[in-house]
Amino acid sequence: MHQDTIAAVATAVGEAGIAIVRVSGGDAYQIGDRLFSPVKGGTLQDTPGYRIRYGHIRDPESGKAVDEVLAAVMRAPRSFTGENVLEIHCHGGPKVTQRILELFLQSGARMAEAGEFTKRAFINGRLDLSQAEAVIDVVRSRTDSSLDVAVQQLEGSLRRRIDSFRERLLDLVVRVEASIDFPEEDIPDVELGEMQTIISSVRSEIQQLIDTADDGKILREGFKTVITGKPNVGKSSLLNRLLDEKRALVTEVPGTTRDVIEEVVNVRGIPMRVLDTAGIRSTTDVVERLGVERARDLWREADIIIHVLDASIPLTEEDWDILDATENHKRVIVVNKIDLPRSWPLEDLPLDSSTKLVEMSLLEGNLEPLLDTIVQLVHGGMRLRTEEALVTRTRHKQALAEAEDDLRQAQQTLDDGLPVDLIAVGLQGALEHLGEITGETVRDTVLERIFAQFCIGK
Amino acid sequence: MKHYDVIVVGGGHAGCEAALAAARLGSSACLLTMNMDTIAQMSCNPAIGGPAAKSHLVREVDALGGEMGRIIDRSYLNIRLLNTSRGPAVWALRAQADKTLYRSEMTWSLQTQSRLDVRQALVTQLLVSEGKVRGVRTKSGLEIGADTVVLATGTFLRGVVVIGDVRFPGGRHGEPAADALSDDLKAHGLSLARFQTATPPRIHADSVDYSKLVEQPGTDKPLRFSFDSPPLLRKQWPCWYTRTTENTIAAIARHLSDSPIETGSVSGKGPRFCPSIDRKVVRFPDKHDHQIFLEPEGTYTKELYCLGLTTAMPEAAQEEILHSIPGLEQAKIMRMGYAVEYDYIIPSQLDPSLESKVLDGLFTAGQINGTSGYEEAAAQGIVAGINAARKSQGLKDVYVSRAQGYVGVLIDDLVTKGTEEPYRMMTSKAEYRLMLRQDNADMRLRPLGYEIGLIDSVRYEAFAKKRDQLNEVLEWMDSIQVSPTEEVRRQLANLGSGDLKKAVSLGDILRRPEVRYSDLHHFAELPDLDGETAEQVEIEVKFKGYVERQQRQIEAFKELEAVAIPRDMDFHSIKGLRSEAKERLAEIRPRSLGQASRIAGVSPADINVLSIVLKGVGAGRVSEERTL
Repeated sequence: MHQDTIAAVATAVGEAGIAIVRVSGGDAYQIGDRLFSPVKGGTLQDTPGYRIRYGHIRDPESGKAVDEVLAAVMRAPRSFTGENVLEIHCHGGPKVTQRILELFLQSGARMAEAGEFTKRAFINGRLDLSQAEAVIDVVRSRTDSSLDVAVQQLEGSLRRRIDSFRERLLDLVVRVEASIDFPEEDIPDVELGEMQTIISSVRSEIQQLIDTADDGKILREGFKTVITGKPNVGKSSLLNRLLDEKRALVTEVPGTTRDVIEEVVNVRGIPMRVLDTAGIRSTTDVVERLGVERARDLWREADIIIHVLDASIPLTEEDWDILDATENHKRVIVVNKIDLPRSWPLEDLPLDSSTKLVEMSLLEGNLEPLLDTIVQLVHGGMRLRTEEALVTRTRHKQALAEAEDDLRQAQQTLDDGLPVDLIAVGLQGALEHLGEITGETVRDTVLERIFAQFCIGK
Repeated sequence: MKHYDVIVVGGGHAGCEAALAAARLGSSACLLTMNMDTIAQMSCNPAIGGPAAKSHLVREVDALGGEMGRIIDRSYLNIRLLNTSRGPAVWALRAQADKTLYRSEMTWSLQTQSRLDVRQALVTQLLVSEGKVRGVRTKSGLEIGADTVVLATGTFLRGVVVIGDVRFPGGRHGEPAADALSDDLKAHGLSLARFQTATPPRIHADSVDYSKLVEQPGTDKPLRFSFDSPPLLRKQWPCWYTRTTENTIAAIARHLSDSPIETGSVSGKGPRFCPSIDRKVVRFPDKHDHQIFLEPEGTYTKELYCLGLTTAMPEAAQEEILHSIPGLEQAKIMRMGYAVEYDYIIPSQLDPSLESKVLDGLFTAGQINGTSGYEEAAAQGIVAGINAARKSQGLKDVYVSRAQGYVGVLIDDLVTKGTEEPYRMMTSKAEYRLMLRQDNADMRLRPLGYEIGLIDSVRYEAFAKKRDQLNEVLEWMDSIQVSPTEEVRRQLANLGSGDLKKAVSLGDILRRPEVRYSDLHHFAELPDLDGETAEQVEIEVKFKGYVERQQRQIEAFKELEAVAIPRDMDFHSIKGLRSEAKERLAEIRPRSLGQASRIAGVSPADINVLSIVLKGVGAGRVSEERTL
């Protein structure tokens, strides 16, 4: 009965030396092959059971390596669950582990329910009958408590926002369904324009909420920052100031690629992870060492770019190249050396909503305004949540992403000029996914409301 | 004592289908009706089909080998395809019936059916021994033996007619109630409850001022319910349309104190989708222009049915209400509107085969199970008839799944969730609406009808030919390439469709919203298809993406449905189930894990526990036969 493939982080969350992402189900290797590239070539699908392959997990979209991993293949029925099992042994950082799990979920696996691996193991006869009751207890307690946790977490603003999505979509679905099931009654068809407006506004708000989930992750795992600028503008001064003020938590957490290391600095309680090419302090810049193309990759990976400019000497082509290349990023432009005479006016700089400007002297000026600016840019004005558990949050995020996808389809259907019974599929789907978060059902509610709202009956 | 394989009690829409199905499957059957002259009576609305999936039910019953579609095709006064703007999944056929002709046609079908006896008798008692039904006893003392009994007694169990504050026993106005049988069922341990329903007044057609009404014509192209009926365009009688006014609201307000909803003389719960006009006014006081449709009841009667005016208010009030409506100022009432209150069997006491879990060999179908509507009744009737016959023949029961048809949604809802009001089928109750269309009812259910034995080989061959042709054309559409030649691009522009940049399949062209199947002759030589098949090709191609997506959901649904729960499962002994879940599971006794998951009060965690336990006790899969 379990044809679908499930995935979860199998090791405890935290800074362990190693973490395991476990994948089980018929498509474990097909999905794995979309993400894993063995160093010695070949595929997981061709790998026999009880073999371990060495290679990289890559983001299929960017092609970039996420981590260097070992992939263990255990084929059905000789595996823990009795199904095809793939275990990805990766570096233990929560960020990397979470990213790998997300890649599996995006590539066709479903988030495993609490106790689901154990349950499958039992169902496939891998655990003996005497263990049945223990398994039941596990499933029982985990599922119920995770449900409780999920509901508890829905207090407050998140709950209110999901309720608001649900309410608006429900109202729409009620009117659509009423017009479908009672076409001869005095129920006006929902106007396409109105439908369009509701769907797109709910959709973009869901997207915002998904982004908030990313904010929560930033709070816990930090945000990636790249300090950039042409030589001698003050990049190393900035980094040294950050480190000198005893904000450094840990140093040199292994990064995703060999030639980059991270310095982690505590900024207003948030880990700011400065991606360093082991270059800034020795004044050898990324751009210099690796060229603009490689720097561009690094910028893309960053949550925030700090671009340092020198106020005392005219802007050069190199400054402008970087300004152009980082245009669509969240960035802080630090205009350094304002203690010296200025050689160009501030108005020259391109300012958009994702760009903040700070003028200061990195050598001796007050760092606080810069830190405030950085934090504000990271938060995006959103209040960050601290208490969410990792797994549950991924679940919420997945449900929201699926709801968003359903609405995208509904919108497409609408744009294609197709009839409402097809639009209703996406709308109902979105409601069901939101219901997965709040634990509410759709179908009966819709009928209740039709009768409450419309004078039905001939 | 005379003995039959199957006895059917009641000659309404459920009873007729049940009796015909049983006899056609080779069982000896007897239909017992209180009144031979009111077989297949349309007690309320003179119409079959309509939106909210009633049309779908009729086509599904027909696909399985039922009678309703064939009879209405021979007896309609007017037929229309409704809801066409809202998408193919919810298109609905609706026909106005000549009530007398419908009755006669159905009575003829019954009386000419071999192995089926039709007798007039009032059943007062079941013959029961050792927890099993053995036959029935009639009011006149006659005892008739049977392997299985199908009860399809409609609103007759302890029926009470209500008009104003007057109450008197009756299953329909002018016909007696069946009180004794109701008491007998309770004595055998069945739980009964009360529902009520109501019907509007009928007026004389010559007392209506048609100049103030809007005419509603019938179809101008051939339409049919049954896949076996010839596609004919018959003469269409119109219906008429008007609206209530503020005077109507005032008249109702004046008499509200006499309304049964105010006096409390009606106690059972009524259908929310079909409230009385007085209830509408109470609930939506700001609305004064309620729609009223006038529908002819037959060729040889002057009676007009006043759709929208359901009420059980006293006669004086009914007259005042009618006279306040444009066109009906002089209307003469021929029959009054009234309410009827009746016993129904709480349907969670049934198996999906519609056999009682309380009494072995007893099947029930139609309004007795808490439903409303002729189509809902017919759908249950055919399923109960099939299973009653199969049981007497020692065969396994069959049912339609929720993914296969509204017949399945209806019965699964009833037996798994019960119902709080008279149950009416609606498309919004189905999970897989895009698959359960009325155009493809034959594709979904005719193979099952053939396998059971209700569809003969001639009808099946015709179906198989249509199916093969459809599949061939669908494959062909994807294989034919259309290149962006000058001619093709010109034709697309003519159709108001976007330009073509590279070669695509003919199917891709048809998937463009503005392109219809009939337009495709500009791009390729089309095979010769009849109208219905062409329409089906168009739907299948245009909505392929949506249909495939739903198909995948159905695959997931089938997984849980396929895990059988043994009949003798002791839910109370399962450690790990919450006590509420134990109670509910023991009460419903679901047949599959899927059904269990739909029971209110059973959580996903309970289903997990159950699935583990089922694996432990070595439960099998539901046999192919049952889930067809």
